Amino acid sequence: MINFFTTTIPGQILLILGQCLLVLIPLLLALAMLMYADRKVWAAVQMRRGPNVVGPWGVLQSFADFLKYIVKEIVVPAGADKPVYFLAPMITFVMPVIAWSVIPFNEGWVLSDINVAILFVFAVSSLEVYGVIMGGWASNSKYPFLGSLRSAAQMISYEVSLGLIIIGIIISTGSMNFGAIVEAQRGAGIFSWYWVAHFPMLFLFFISALAETNRPPFDLPEAESELVAGYQVEYSSTPFLLFMIGELMAVVLMCALVSLLFLGGWLSPIPGLPDGVLWMVLKMLLCFFVFAMVKAITPRYRYDQLMRIGWKVFLPMSLAWVVLVAFLAKFEVFGAMWARYTIGG
Amino acid sequence: MTVIAFTFYLFAVSTLLGGLMTVLARNPVHSVLWLILAFLSSAGLFIILGAEFVAMLLIIVYVGAVAVLFLFVVMMLDIDFAALKAEMSKYLPIGLLIGIVILMQLVVAFGAWDYSAGIDDRLVAPSAVGENTNLLGLLIYDRYIILFQLAGLILLVAMIGAIVLTLRHRTDIKRQNIIAQMHRDPAKAMELKDVKPGQGL
Repeated sequence: MINFFTTTIPGQILLILGQCLLVLIPLLLALAMLMYADRKVWAAVQMRRGPNVVGPWGVLQSFADFLKYIVKEIVVPAGADKPVYFLAPMITFVMPVIAWSVIPFNEGWVLSDINVAILFVFAVSSLEVYGVIMGGWASNSKYPFLGSLRSAAQMISYEVSLGLIIIGIIISTGSMNFGAIVEAQRGAGIFSWYWVAHFPMLFLFFISALAETNRPPFDLPEAESELVAGYQVEYSSTPFLLFMIGELMAVVLMCALVSLLFLGGWLSPIPGLPDGVLWMVLKMLLCFFVFAMVKAITPRYRYDQLMRIGWKVFLPMSLAWVVLVAFLAKFEVFGAMWARYTIGG
Repeated sequence: MTVIAFTFYLFAVSTLLGGLMTVLARNPVHSVLWLILAFLSSAGLFIILGAEFVAMLLIIVYVGAVAVLFLFVVMMLDIDFAALKAEMSKYLPIGLLIGIVILMQLVVAFGAWDYSAGIDDRLVAPSAVGENTNLLGLLIYDRYIILFQLAGLILLVAMIGAIVLTLRHRTDIKRQNIIAQMHRDPAKAMELKDVKPGQGL
């Protein structure tokens, strides 16, 4: 039996398929609950009750929404470019899902443990913009088009600073593998994680992640008060559902990235307690809570301010930080705090 | 057929298809999308070669940045397909001429092409000594540092050139001075007037 799964090609394919489902199904279920949590946090900030009808405390709301979306009629605009129109939501959904294949949840709990894992995630998240651009263009309508133009400029701008922040982490670790990055943060619990060594970059990364995933206060591509819903205006039913799930999936992916890069992944915050997948989940939930809070309490940015902060504030800061980290790592300042590869990472 | 061979033919066919459709597609936006397919499949070919770092860079730089800008520009074009067709017949001869010249050059170049002895061994064995990111880093920053810096300088000059060409200072618009705005203080910006009833200011 074991031989079938490890040696024959159909067996290997089945094994990989099983592993993918093992990641995907909990992830999608978690996504449904996170959607509910997001709305509950939002409601609590605004002193509303939020979803509370479907199921006990409304926990089944997301599943009801899911059913509603898939049984609705799909309306396609007459002037739409049909292949591109339907490709766009699929890309938005599939890209963040692909990225999960290299995200580890615990030591060795990863679908494919590749050397360039962090570059892979970065590459895939830079492809997410295509869903938005293609959706806006193929709808053949004014507001979606404006939304997709905004989104193209916005996501390109913030990718640059995301990339530079990641380079700082890579310099510190000496590897692009997530396992190595997390192991490099091992030591005296919470204070040896990268959020201390790369302190200002945690905030820059978080804010850039908000902009990269089109979350408020940077949800200019959707901006319901000016563009109705931006690139999603002409979408209904299942394609719209794919857009929505895809966006949320990208947000959760960014939460996983923040936990892996800055918050020590599956390492326990207190030395002595066992490491494990539970810490990773807790850290991701913490990040998601902050994402939800930001959505609830911040007003939307103006577009030129968004561009200004991306190119004139974040880009110079993260670029300067890369140079600084290179020096700090080279000369092993503070007992190799920035050069973890020398102490075995 | 092994899995590697199967994926190679898959990516090879989709690269060629992407390239071909880039040229043949009527709509420029579709052309760019096919071009993206070609980029992605060539990244797949690099992965089969064992050059995963180059593959990721290809996706990040070309698909994630360059093609987005292409798409950005092409999307905003107002395309008149009838005019495009008329232009097409006008420029077809010169296009064909350029195509033939390039084809001849390729024939001349690759007609004399020959593989060096022992190439087959190198084909199947990508570097086994270390991660190719590290090896690439050593090559670029140690052995070819001068060339690398020169390439950087050329790019810098190109960038400055592009900025100089497009930079224009408009004096007829009102610009926002962010620093001044942030340092405004209520005492200077506001003034309280005691308005007497029925008089106005």
